[in-house]
Order: sequence, then structure tokens, then C-alpha cells
Amino acid sequence: MTASVYDKYEAVIGLEIHAQLLTHSKAYSSDSAEFGAAPNEHVSAISLGHPGTLPKHNKTVIDYAVKMGLACEAQIREFNYYARKNYFYADLPKGYQITQDKTPICNGGFVKIKLKDGSTKKIGLTRIHMEEDAGKSMHDQDLYDTLVDYNRAGVPLIEIVSEPDMRSADEAYAYVTEMRKLVRYLDICDGNMEEGSLRCDANVSVRLKGAEKFGTKVEVKNMNSISNVKRAIEYEIIRQIDLLEAGETFTSETRSFDALKGTTFSMRSKEEANDYRYFPEPDLPPFIADQAYVSSIREQMPALPDALFDKYTKELGLSEYDAQVLTDLKEIAAYFEELIGFTSNYKAAANWVMGSVKSYLNENALEMADFHVPAKNLAELIALIDSNKLSNSVAGQRVFPVMIEQPERSPLNIAEELNVLQESDAGFIEGLVQQVLEANPAKVAEYQGGKKGLLGMFMGEVMKLSKGKADPKEATRILSEYLDK
Amino acid sequence: MQVTNETIDRLAHLARLEFEKGEKDKIREDLQKILGFVDKLNELDTEGVEPMIFVAEGHNVLREDVVKVDITHEQALKNAPKKDSDYFRVPKVIKK
Repeated sequence: MTASVYDKYEAVIGLEIHAQLLTHSKAYSSDSAEFGAAPNEHVSAISLGHPGTLPKHNKTVIDYAVKMGLACEAQIREFNYYARKNYFYADLPKGYQITQDKTPICNGGFVKIKLKDGSTKKIGLTRIHMEEDAGKSMHDQDLYDTLVDYNRAGVPLIEIVSEPDMRSADEAYAYVTEMRKLVRYLDICDGNMEEGSLRCDANVSVRLKGAEKFGTKVEVKNMNSISNVKRAIEYEIIRQIDLLEAGETFTSETRSFDALKGTTFSMRSKEEANDYRYFPEPDLPPFIADQAYVSSIREQMPALPDALFDKYTKELGLSEYDAQVLTDLKEIAAYFEELIGFTSNYKAAANWVMGSVKSYLNENALEMADFHVPAKNLAELIALIDSNKLSNSVAGQRVFPVMIEQPERSPLNIAEELNVLQESDAGFIEGLVQQVLEANPAKVAEYQGGKKGLLGMFMGEVMKLSKGKADPKEATRILSEYLDK
Repeated sequence: MQVTNETIDRLAHLARLEFEKGEKDKIREDLQKILGFVDKLNELDTEGVEPMIFVAEGHNVLREDVVKVDITHEQALKNAPKKDSDYFRVPKVIKK
């Protein structure tokens, strides 16, 4: 089949993201929500669903859900209650999941994604609601039994449902990337897709370009990395178009992504979908998010990547590329923010963070948290370069490595000890220039006869004589002055 | 609404219950009566009346995000019909 056949179609994609919230305790009980404990250590009578127990809502869960909503400019619902989603499965001991059905705490809103051509696109959100995670079943460890671990049962989640606004796997990739960045900036979820603290399901359909009606929707699950989200959707789009082109019809179903093969396979058809019999959860009193409460959360909001991007490009005059790299990770942006509190050479600050700092971290497989040079000291290093006391290369290759070893030491102190401070004193440089010119009368004559290229040779000699300490700019100026007079 | 044997089968499946042959007839009759009672309630005009979800007043009953350990691992597993030293054990059912 030729590529042009695929070009006749467009994909319609909506994503559902589940984000595990970084609370200490669970959503409706006080047992620990921390990941990684031995099986069935973080449990309680409530999370085990014992009769007679009553849930009690964790305040922080609501705070985090509202933060996410505000970050996406969603409407925050004032009157919230919870719902029971009923189904029988061993990982859900009380027989229902506490969730929000008709009253999601956040409605509407959007996130902006950047497309390959440099433009931005708004992806609308349908809703964000709070719910709880289920326990974990292991089917493969024993021949006859399924083993169940309830540490995860009751861990708080928010589910973020997008509108079917994405038209390609690349857009879906950008959307998940943006969402992960947001939850990390807000510090409400660690965004780790491999460990499952951020999970994504995709609703994918295709239709002929220009068609109004949506095609048959297929839900794809089990994509445990952002690149797998992209691969799975790419595969699914091609699969559906091939079926349509072959004149086949297919039904709405749930498919699972096989990361090894790069394909999707059918899990269950929607016809045999569960009947969840939602009804209001009577055990949890309603929650009213009044204006005062929403304002108090708004005040706690950190600067978000979009706002920082605008600030860097519009106020600081940095390039879009620089702004993108600096805002990709919250920790990098935070350091840069601190740094520009101490220096107004924003471009140099950006170059240092994106260059020396990032390559040091990359080469040593470290995180920003492992970088201990105070922003104030890095700003001082930039000031030394700006005042011609240090050359860029000496700063980067000699002084910066010592700063990493001894983060509390000032760069001036280090440069003095290394004896690498540049000399821009005119008298000192003139002395060197005179020495060099006197030692090379023949070359001086050649230069003055028109061989201007010799300037580089004279500069080299001056620098050598100064043991690399002469300020090159100043040396060039004085050298030219002597030669051209 | 007419309660049929199919209705009972579907509800039984959702509730993971099994009935003997004779029981099913009785349950069907009971359920039919219950629905009849609900239909009686439906005769009341509730147009424009907000549904009452909560009997008690009160809202925003919340707790701070603090971890409290109520039961130990051993206590958690104690009443399980089947278990090992780490896990609850249940019959193998793969989600369709």
C-alpha cells in the first residue's frame, strides 16, 4: 500500500492519564502511600475493605487535584461528592472503587503543546477527577493462585481526560510529555511511567479527512513509556486504516500494547463491557471548594513552564530553544531562576546552565539535585568573565571543575590559587608587546609591508609570554596600536 | 419493569452469586415486588426537587495527610482464608 492511501485519513486521539499523587498517606485511610514496601505492609482495615470501616478523605488529595486543574485553567467545581464504581475483582477488596462520576472536581481547561513546525496547539481537557488505585494482582508467580498485594489499594490518583483533540501520534507524545512536566512542576506526582505512577490509555480512531463523524474508537492500554505511547498509536492508526481500506469493519474494543513486537492485541470488546452501576458514595460527606479555598491553592502555585518560557523569551531575550531547554525540567528552571537573581547576563547564565552544568550532569549520570555549586558562585564566575578577569575557556576548563569539587569556594579565590586571572592592566600588556616586537624585527617589517595575517603570530607570542594571563582583547588592541602606528 | 430470568442471571453475575433452580424463582418474585414498591414511589411528582444524597448535614470532613499504622502485616493477613507469609491468595482469574 502506498503512503498516499494513509494520507487520505486522519487520526482522532484522546488520552486518559492516571497520575498517582505524591501524598504520604492514602486517599481515604491513613496507611502509607509510599511505593516500594514489602507486600501488604502498607495496609489498614479501610484499605482492606473490612466491614464497618468508613473512609476519611485526605485533604492533600483535593489540594493536588485543584492545583492540577488551576495549572490547566480548568473550572474548579464548587460542590463535590464521590461515587462508587462497583465491580468484583480481588484487587478491589471492598467491591467498589471510590471515584467521581458526575461531579469531577475540574472541568474543561487545556494544555498547550508545541508542534514540530514550531507552532503551538491547545489540547482541551474534558475533566480531572479524583479516585483511588486498586491493589496489585500477580498471576504468574504461582500455578494455582493469584497473589494479591494491597499496598497500592487506596493510593490516590487523579484521572485527566483529554478531548479528542490530537491528530497524530506525535501530538499525543507531546501531550503526555507536557502533562508529565506539569505534574512534576506542581510536585504532585513523580511522573514515572515505568513504575506506573503515571499511566496513559489512548482512545484512537481514524476517519477520512474532512469527515465530521468519528470512526470506530479503540482503546489502547499498557503503554509504559512516552515513546511507547507514540509507537502504540502509530501502529494502531495504520492497523485501522489497513482494515478500512480492505473493506473490513471492526468493533469498538480494548487493546493492549505489546512493547516487544510493537503491536496491539485485543483484550476485550466493549460489548461485554462491565456494568459499573455508579451511585453516590454515602460514606464520604461532600466537599465544597469555595472561592477562599481555591484562592489559597492558587497562591501556592509555583511558576509553571509555560509562564517561565514566556518570561525567558519575552523579558530576558533568550531564544525559544534556550527557553525550552531551561524549562524542560523543573529543577533546572529553579536553578536558573536563582542564578538570574545574581546576574543580569541572562544569555551567559543560560549558556552556563545548558552547557557546562548540564554536560557535567550528563557525563556523570547525575541529577540537578547532585549539583551543589551555589547559584551565587556561578554568577560570580560569570561576572569575572564579563570583567575580563577570566577567559571563557579558562573559566570552563580550569575554574569550574574546582568549583564542583569545592562548591562553597568562591571562583575568584580558586582563580587566584590557580594563577589564571587575566591581566588587563595596559602597562603590563604594553611591556609584553614591546618585548615581542623587539624580538621579531623582521616579522614586524613584513607586517608593516602588508602581511597583516602575522597579527595572530604576534598575539600568540604575547599570550605565551604572559603565560596565558593577558586579557586577549586588551592585548589585541595594544598590539594593533603598536604595529599600525 | 418485568423481572425475567435473564435479569436475575445478569444481576447474579454482577454480584458473583449463584442460585439453585428453585431459589431463582423466589428471588425473581421478591425482586418484582421490590420494583413494584419503587414504582409506587415513582408516582410522586419530584419534578424540580434536588435529589437528597446525604442524610447528615456537614461537609469538608477531612484529615491531614499523616501516616498512621493501624495494623501490622501479620494482622492484615490473619483472617484471610488463603495466604502465604507475604500475600493474600485468591483463585486465579484473569481479567477478560
